[in-house]
Amino acid sequence: MLWTNIFAGFGGQGVLLIGQLLAYAGMYEGKNVSWLPSYGPEMRGGTANCSVVVSDDPIASPCINMANCVIAMNRPSLDKFEQNVLPGGKLFINSSIIDKKATRTDIDVYYVPCNEIADKLNNPKVGNMAMLGAYLEATKAVDSKSVLDALLYKLGEKKAHLIPLNEQAIELGKESVRDQIK
Amino acid sequence: MAKKLMKGSEAIPEAAIQAGCRFFFGYPITPQNDIPEYMSARLPKVGGCFLQAESEVAAINMVYGAAAAGARVMTSSSSPGVSLKQEGISYIAGAELPCVICNMMRGGPGLGSIQPSQGDYFQATKGGGHGDYHLIVLAPSSVQEAVDLMHTAFDLADIYRTPVMLLADGIIGQMMEPVEFHEHEKRELPDKPWAVTGYDPNGTKPRAIVNSLYIEVDELQEMNDRLQARYKEIQEKEVMVEKYNTEGAEVIICAYGTVARICKSAIALCAEKGVKVGLVRPITLWPFPEKELVEVMAQPSVKRELTVEISAGQMHEDVRLAINGSKPTDFYGKPGSYTPTAEEIAEYILKTREA
Repeated sequence: MLWTNIFAGFGGQGVLLIGQLLAYAGMYEGKNVSWLPSYGPEMRGGTANCSVVVSDDPIASPCINMANCVIAMNRPSLDKFEQNVLPGGKLFINSSIIDKKATRTDIDVYYVPCNEIADKLNNPKVGNMAMLGAYLEATKAVDSKSVLDALLYKLGEKKAHLIPLNEQAIELGKESVRDQIK
Repeated sequence: MAKKLMKGSEAIPEAAIQAGCRFFFGYPITPQNDIPEYMSARLPKVGGCFLQAESEVAAINMVYGAAAAGARVMTSSSSPGVSLKQEGISYIAGAELPCVICNMMRGGPGLGSIQPSQGDYFQATKGGGHGDYHLIVLAPSSVQEAVDLMHTAFDLADIYRTPVMLLADGIIGQMMEPVEFHEHEKRELPDKPWAVTGYDPNGTKPRAIVNSLYIEVDELQEMNDRLQARYKEIQEKEVMVEKYNTEGAEVIICAYGTVARICKSAIALCAEKGVKVGLVRPITLWPFPEKELVEVMAQPSVKRELTVEISAGQMHEDVRLAINGSKPTDFYGKPGSYTPTAEEIAEYILKTREA
């Protein structure tokens, strides 16, 4: 099993975090993982992305050019990374704020209304978790239980009360793509 | 012990502390600021001292002082900052003191960029400052290896009384990977009778003086002979190298650090096309694994070598010296900060094969 992923969006959408949660979850499940953020003169509201690899075998390159999965949380990310999905790979689009459809026909595309799901839960911050839920449903790369364990580790006991909300967001994200899975 | 997901630039200082490092002197520069940040929080808790110096020059001279007192000490910086430290590093080499220097290379020359680069290979492996000296240069290609090499670095520094450099790139620093801090095989370490720890006029220990100034020609010669003898011993005993997929390979890639891992992905892409490519990855850049590379290249299956670096071909010069014309060698890479992709490297190998 080898999942190479690019998570992309604008700063503040939490793409680096969901990438990290996937890496932690993979590690908890005994897999090899790597998480590499794009770094540079970044700023809030600017673009952000990270490459995450989850693999049964030792990971060769942590730097991903062509990925099994691309997660695009905003339009510039879709424009930039649609071409980086391997043929037969998966592309996840935050359909709440990306008004464009994918142009590739050799890949599986999933439209996830992240912001609407977050609105439904009255918390604009959990749109990323909805996307992660969609990703988990379509790939089964890791178990969502491991993701929640990772989230608890990141949040710490003081913020543990936020777990149910995030769990709901993951669940609604999963639901949103269930009928899109071939 | 359970694995932890850690950033390279947090795992490296943690490993240093576990290796007994208690003193850190540095000056901020991207992309290695997490190292001093981590040290500033952790060192006071383990009875150590973290100090942000007023400049890189001050920091390396503080390292000089702590090393002279026999402490396990390190500094870290990135390319332009390491240039500033070169005078001090030469003094430390001349005074025959152990210390560890971490360089998270970024693009150059000048202030360059803050993206990964391998443009400091010459500076690291050929001395860097003035005079006839070498550093032992260790090049990790994963966060776990960086952790393991920190222990090696401090031990080698003590055994050979020499500065040791951990030469990594921004990717190793920024990347998170699972790490394990396991027990390390303890090497036999020499005492430090030369350390300046306070003179007791009634004691038996002779007065210790640390210095790199030898005004008399003969005395300077003696010191240089001592250094060269030590370097020879290091070259004989301390070479570390990873050979990957080399048996029966048609092409041998030579690459180090993160680039070597990208090459492993390129090797997989070439294998899909039925072309067998192997990798020789120097873990010690100095001493360079000359003998090991020559052995791999001598296999009848091997037709040529390709060095891949984020530089204009600095390590390629050492590769050429090692191979010494016995088989064709080639270089792929760019100076500055452009990290080649696995697809590009594979494409180049396949293209040059047909040509």
